[in-house]
Amino acid sequence: MSFEMFLQHCFNALTLGSLYALIAIGYTMVYGILRLINFAHGDILMVGAYFIFFGTFAFGWPWAVAAVISVLAAGLLGVIIDRVAYKPLRDAPRISALISAIAVSFLIESLAVVIFTGQPRPVLQPEWLTNAWQIGNLRITHLAAFVPGMTIILVCILLYIVYRTKPGLAMRAISKDIETTRLLGVKVDNVIALTFGLGSALAAAAGIMWALRYPQVHPYMGVMPGLKAFIAAVFGGIGSIEGAVLGGVALGFVEIMTVAFMPELSGYRDAFAFILLVLVLLVKPTGLLGERMEEKI
Amino acid sequence: MRLDRNTFLSIATMVIFGLVLWQAETFLGDYQIYIAKLIFINIILALSLNLIYGFTGLFSLGHAGFIAIGAYVSALCILPPAQKEIMWILEPIIWPFSDLLTPFWVSVLGGGLFAGVFAIFIAVPVLRLGDDYLGMATLAFAEIIRVLIVNATPITNGSLGIKGIPGHATLLVCYGWALFTLIVLARLCYSNFGNVLRCIRDNEIAASVMGINVFWNKVLSFCIGAFFAGIGGALLGSHLSTIDPKMFNFLLTFNVLMFVVAGGLGSLTGSILGATVITILLEWLRFLEEPMDLGFIEIPGIPGMRMVVFSVVLLVIILKRREGIMGTRELTWNRIFAFFRRLERREKA
Repeated sequence: MSFEMFLQHCFNALTLGSLYALIAIGYTMVYGILRLINFAHGDILMVGAYFIFFGTFAFGWPWAVAAVISVLAAGLLGVIIDRVAYKPLRDAPRISALISAIAVSFLIESLAVVIFTGQPRPVLQPEWLTNAWQIGNLRITHLAAFVPGMTIILVCILLYIVYRTKPGLAMRAISKDIETTRLLGVKVDNVIALTFGLGSALAAAAGIMWALRYPQVHPYMGVMPGLKAFIAAVFGGIGSIEGAVLGGVALGFVEIMTVAFMPELSGYRDAFAFILLVLVLLVKPTGLLGERMEEKI
Repeated sequence: MRLDRNTFLSIATMVIFGLVLWQAETFLGDYQIYIAKLIFINIILALSLNLIYGFTGLFSLGHAGFIAIGAYVSALCILPPAQKEIMWILEPIIWPFSDLLTPFWVSVLGGGLFAGVFAIFIAVPVLRLGDDYLGMATLAFAEIIRVLIVNATPITNGSLGIKGIPGHATLLVCYGWALFTLIVLARLCYSNFGNVLRCIRDNEIAASVMGINVFWNKVLSFCIGAFFAGIGGALLGSHLSTIDPKMFNFLLTFNVLMFVVAGGLGSLTGSILGATVITILLEWLRFLEEPMDLGFIEIPGIPGMRMVVFSVVLLVIILKRREGIMGTRELTWNRIFAFFRRLERREKA
């Protein structure tokens, strides 16, 4: 493999990894606070992608405006899902909430089939993203720079919120001890809603960029990325935002590089992530950067 | 086994029901028989997941994987060699499978055994995990099984799937296997082994303190569940006559989970009720996707509406009645008699 080819694969891996990272953050934040695998998270990615599709295509809004609106709308959707499907189950066994999450996931998918039909629709890529820089044999699309760049910006904003603001402090407190935080006068439900909102907004941002990279939208587009991003979150250490970013990028590299170096394995591509999950869970269930969770007796 | 009133009633019901089904063709149409077969198969699948999740508390999302193994093994066993030769067009089928031809019951048992043995390889590493981690890991394994099936073209015919599987799974055969599953699982769940499983479910640490080998019992329960899932899969393949890897995705696991949750976790009769009600509901909901004529207005069919209603139903069940139809109780003769006695007393009063 030539060096240029290698670099090309690196850029691909970085793009894919950034997308996984953005989705994984939502999983990890919700899991850190509620110990709930939010199965519907991947579907919010799909909803975000559909919002921008209709924003630009049906309403003719400028791309940037449509992107912002769809991110906000997806954030709102996340909050609504939390209120309707998860909040009544806060005191129930955790598995009940998980089944509820699975139900919500199927509800969103089947609603999308009803409303948008199951047909995949092609997405229009804005012109400034389809151009490419040509360096020797290396061809880097602007998209390949835009996705990681945007990811870095979004992650920085998120880290600022989590580590430098009052609501962020409350979030971190809840993930340590929800009862004590409530006693200290924090409006726990509002903070949880904010967490869902932020996570969903990031998922929608990832969905928008996903639709640019693989230029089509369809109702089940969020399922696989969602599952894999969850695996990335576990790999990085669930509950840790930095871990989710690291895990996402690592998963992107694993997927792209294995196929690049061993093309005969390309049929098994979708299995890599799951094999990785099983290995991580067996060797180090807390992931790369995760904190050890004590088992309470 | 002492032949007391309840056992006698159970056996009598089973036999009468069997006789009714034997004559079913005289009063049921093809479509109704199709649904009835599906109900029995779904009952097997629901019972098997209930053993794993309802009785032992192992949150497994890998059921589709075991069903797939059962379906493929059985299909390979009963498909005539000549037909296999024609169907494997991507790559020719390899030897032991190309000449394999067994009776149907052997193929069903074989499917179950294969799934059960495969489950050991999954269970030993994975069952050290708890709760939702276990769910994700089993889900991962189910996906891996699916990818393996797609890629093992010389055995499974890859993504093309297998068509024209002989329809040996008649109504009575399905009923028989469902009965077999129910009896075996009922004997297991209400024996000391069942007590051990429920003890593990309710408090694992207490169970291990009592001297129960938690891990071994978990593995056993998981494998027995997988065995019956394989049997269900074998029947499903023969019933549908076509299988392909896409069928055995997460949606299938979700369906089975629905039956169990709706019926009540840890209740065998609940699983039977859940599988029956939801299978019928799912078929009945098909009217939503067909054009409707209300006399004054004609509504075109909405594809996908069925799944919307279905998900909402699950959501309402989990939010409003988490324990399902039966909870952890069973529908027993004693309960039925007690119910009638109460009814009588109320009428007298």
